[in-house]
Parts: sequence; structure tokens; C-alpha cells
Amino acid sequence: MGYPHKSHPKETPILSKYFGEPQARTLEGWKQRGGYRALQQALGMTPADIVNVVKESGLRGRGGAGFPTGMKWSFMKPGDGKAHYLCVNADESEPGTFKDREIMRWTPHALIEGTAIGAYAIGAETAYIYIRGEFTEPLRIMEDAVKEAYAAGLLGANAMGSGKRIDVHVHRGAGAYICGEETALMNSLEGRRGNPRIKPPFPAVAGLFGLPTTINNVETLAAVPHILNNGAAWYKAMSLSSPKSTGSKLFSVCGNVTRPGNYEVTMGYPFKDFLYDMCGGPLPGRKFKAVIPGGSSVPIQSMEEAESTLMDYEGFVAKGTMLGSGGVIVFDDSQCMVRHIARLARFYAHESCAQCTQCREGTAWTTKIMERIEAGQGTFQDFETLLEIGDNMTGKTICVLSDSCAVPVVSGLQKFRHEFEAHITGKRCPFRTAAAA
Amino acid sequence: MSAQREGASQADPLSHASRGNVGEIPYEPVFVGAMRDELNALLGRYPNKMAALLPALWMVQRERGWVSEEAMVEVAQLLELTPAYVKGVVTFYTMYHQHPVGRYFIQVCTTSPCLACGADKVVESLLSQTGCGDLGATSPDGRFTVIEVECLGACGFATPIMVNEEFIESVTPEKVPQILTRFK
Repeated sequence: MGYPHKSHPKETPILSKYFGEPQARTLEGWKQRGGYRALQQALGMTPADIVNVVKESGLRGRGGAGFPTGMKWSFMKPGDGKAHYLCVNADESEPGTFKDREIMRWTPHALIEGTAIGAYAIGAETAYIYIRGEFTEPLRIMEDAVKEAYAAGLLGANAMGSGKRIDVHVHRGAGAYICGEETALMNSLEGRRGNPRIKPPFPAVAGLFGLPTTINNVETLAAVPHILNNGAAWYKAMSLSSPKSTGSKLFSVCGNVTRPGNYEVTMGYPFKDFLYDMCGGPLPGRKFKAVIPGGSSVPIQSMEEAESTLMDYEGFVAKGTMLGSGGVIVFDDSQCMVRHIARLARFYAHESCAQCTQCREGTAWTTKIMERIEAGQGTFQDFETLLEIGDNMTGKTICVLSDSCAVPVVSGLQKFRHEFEAHITGKRCPFRTAAAA
Repeated sequence: MSAQREGASQADPLSHASRGNVGEIPYEPVFVGAMRDELNALLGRYPNKMAALLPALWMVQRERGWVSEEAMVEVAQLLELTPAYVKGVVTFYTMYHQHPVGRYFIQVCTTSPCLACGADKVVESLLSQTGCGDLGATSPDGRFTVIEVECLGACGFATPIMVNEEFIESVTPEKVPQILTRFK
């Protein structure tokens, strides 16, 4: 369902089926909608069997990297005598992305159920749901739902009467984009500054509190109960293009578009149809100019590229970008790309944890140059400098925040160079002047 | 709204005492009675005390409206950390206030998706309607402080703002006066 709008007939509403229904938030309402059947089933299976079903389904991480979920779970070795942890990444902070927020707001028990299944499958007795500090409403709803689940014996020392302990705790972040990076999230949960850690060791070896840890995105875990209820083959069959991309995916749509919201489609859905039909196309009298399809850290697409894209992991890569977190940012012809790229650079400069020199200096330097160009005081030499800084910021740091800052700049210079040039030759922003006139 | 928060905003933010540096006004500990019980319950969720640091700081801010240096010392003692360590963590995160702010602290998202939908005009409207004038400044009546923030994660509901703990979606310059009347 394209919350806040009515479901579009071409959507595949699985995760979003009950968005907008307040009754689905309560434990009773959730059980009436088939909730906690999958957890009951899972607790009667061996962890290895659950991992195999998830592997077979083809489910891949919905947070951005697209790593196969079943494989990630299989890295956790049961019976190693150590405590295991599951971290749920609900630090949704990637500009353009607001899908996990809706899952938590409307179907908190879907996340709790998926989390409990995941914890059991990786041999963890404790799971932490790390929610970004700004999400006050989802935080309250998740805390209430966790309380309900404990009171009903679904969680705790004897989860659903299985004799197994599954504890789920909600943990609030305090304002830091970088804490969505998995190792930064673990540091933050431990009560540290949210600096990403050098890998290896990977979280499955030494994660939260130095112990084996799996970290999954909210949407990934919310899909797990559906896979157990309906079978891996059912999930795997949901694929319109690449067989490596299966299931349904929530895309958040924002920017200059008629119906912004969350839309759930089968992997491989045509992007052109998605933008013009499902989301209602451009605002009256406007034309689409550019799309950032997977959150602000993926390359910008021209409309020509976007209109020939199929919406799955491979489809976006084939058209020069990435699926990322599924946060679709649309810009129309009234928007200055230089201004937006400068603003995104400022975002990354603000959010850099400042551990790595390339990122700390590079994000700030890029922002200065971009803002200077936007103000009409740039030079053609700046293009070379931006690309050189971008090169030095890519693949050279502990995490990919640095790379993410270079991405809009480099792809913007490739695809919207004429707008950069117009700022320099005209010594002003052509869009701003037009708006003021 | 707690009495402490109102008190904090009325004090001169530049005075020594209200910055919590010197004990002209005796510091009253946050973690007594029910607050201490709540913290103890939280500690049970984690294998060590340090992991309760972010939740403990949230409790301080809930009670006092901001996190003073004296509160950092109190939290450090309770969690067996050094005050310097706690300050290092507080300063990393943007949501902990290190000085008193207006009674209503307004955060406006101006990252690219919201900017494309006119977030800059929402900021202008808020600054003029609240009387704050400048970003980060507190209005003369002590009611409001307005700041720009990075992506609030509600891009499809541009422009989202936060007033203290309340999240308000789809704000436009036209809606600002009506919204502000709710916060006396």
C-alpha cells in the first residue's frame, strides 16, 4: 500500500498490507491477521532448517548492501559456547528513505516476530532494536508492542512455551547518521561514540560486546515471517527480472512527485511505470529531470537511464546506479542539481564521524567547492579538483560514508555537467535567478 | 513539560550556575527514587553498565531539558565511567543539548528531498513567526529555539519538523502560525 495513499492495483502488498490500519498495531489485531504463527512454527524447527528456508527464498538485505540474509545467518556457528546477539538496524537515516519507519509505525509486531525468529535462528538469546533518536512515534509504538509481547509470553525466558529464551530490547539512538553503519551501530549500542570499526573482524566473529553478532535491517526481518508462512518457493517466485532478486520490496518515494509515499512492488518492476503511473508522475506543468533511486548514497540517474531501469539489485546496477535502501528521490525541471548536490555534500560533511582523514577533510572540502560553484563563484578548474578529491575519498576509508559523499558529485558532474558550467559562465545560479524574477 | 526544564530556560544561559560548572546553585542528582529504579531496570538489559549510557543520558534530558556537565559527572559515577568519557559520548550525538534551550526546541529537516519541496521557506517562516530571528537562537520570551537538522527520515511527508519529542509531518510556511499556537 502506498501509504499515505490507497494501494495501487499493481502493488504487491505483503509488508505494507496493513499500513494505515491502527488495529494491526495491537497484539490481538496482529494475531487476527495471522501474526505469530510463523514464530510458533519456527520454534518447532531447528535453527539450521530456518536458515535453509531463508537461504532458499533468495531474501537479500534490504538496508542497502543486498547481502543474502540466509548466508549471513549461516556465519553464526551454533554451540560455540559464546553468547550471540542480533542487532536490528532501525536507524533509518539515509536521505530519501522512510520505509522502516512505516513498518514500525503500523506493524510493530511484524518486526518483533521477524526479530524473534532471526534471534532463534542464529542462536541468540538477546536482540536489540536500535531506533534512531528522532523516530519518537515508532519508538513509542515499538516499546508498547514489546511490552505486549512479553506480557503474552511470546518473548522472555520461555518464548511461546518453547523453553527457549528470546529477549528483545528497544534502544534509542541520539542523532547520528553514521550509526546506521553496522559497526558504528554496535559501538553506539555499547555506549561509545558511533565510530565505525575496521573489518575484519566481521560482526559474525566479533560484533556487539566482542561476541558473534548478526545485524539485519527492519524490512529484511519483517519479511521473514511471510517466508516461513508461505514457503521459500513462494517468495522466490516473486521476481519479474533477475532470479537473484526475489520477493517484494518497499520503495519510499519523495521529492517533486505527485504522490510521494511508500510503494511495495515485486522485484524487477519497471521503473518508468513505477514513476509515472504508480507515483502519479510529475507535478502539473513539470517534467522529471533526475532520480536518485536508492537513497542519497547511490549515483544520480538521468531520466533516460531511469526510464529503462528494472527495479531490482541487478537492474539498477545495469543502469549505472544501485538499489541501495530503496529511497527514490525525484527532482523535476524546476530544481537546480548543483544546489542539491551541494546540499547533499553538506549532509555528509555534517555526518562524517571524522575518524578518517579522507572523509573528514574531503567532505568539508567538497562542500566548500560545491557551495562556491552554486553561489556563482566557481571556476572550471573546480571540476578537476572535485573529481580528484572524490577519487581520494573512494575506497580508502573505514566505512563508505566518504565514498557516498563523492557519489552524487561525480555522477552529477557526468550527467548534469551543463548545469555546473552554466553556474560558472553565468556567474550565478540560473535557477535561483529565474525563481526570483 | 517538567518544572526543571522551564526553570532552565528562564535562567541566564550565560551564567556560570546554569551552565552547571560551579555549584552556586547546589546540583540536585537526577537519579534518585523512581529515576534510580528506572535506571536499574535498564541495566538489566545489557551485559555491562556502559551500554546503558545513551539511555541514561536520555533520562537526564527528559528530566532536566539538557545535559549539564554536573549531570555527566553523575552519570559517569553511576556507570563507572570517567566524566571525560561521558562528555566524549555526549558531544558525538546531536540530540543531547549541552546548554539550556527554549521551552520548545524545533528541528526542521532541510536535507535535499525536503529542500526540493520548499523546506527553506518553512525555516524562514519559523524563524520569523517564533521571533527567534536566527538559527540556534532562542526567542526573547524563552519559548522557542529553531535549528536546521539533517534528514529526519520522513522525506515523503516534506517538510517534517520536531517540536521537542513531537514529530509533525507535511509542514508548509502557511501552516506554521497554526502549529505554533499549540506550543504556549
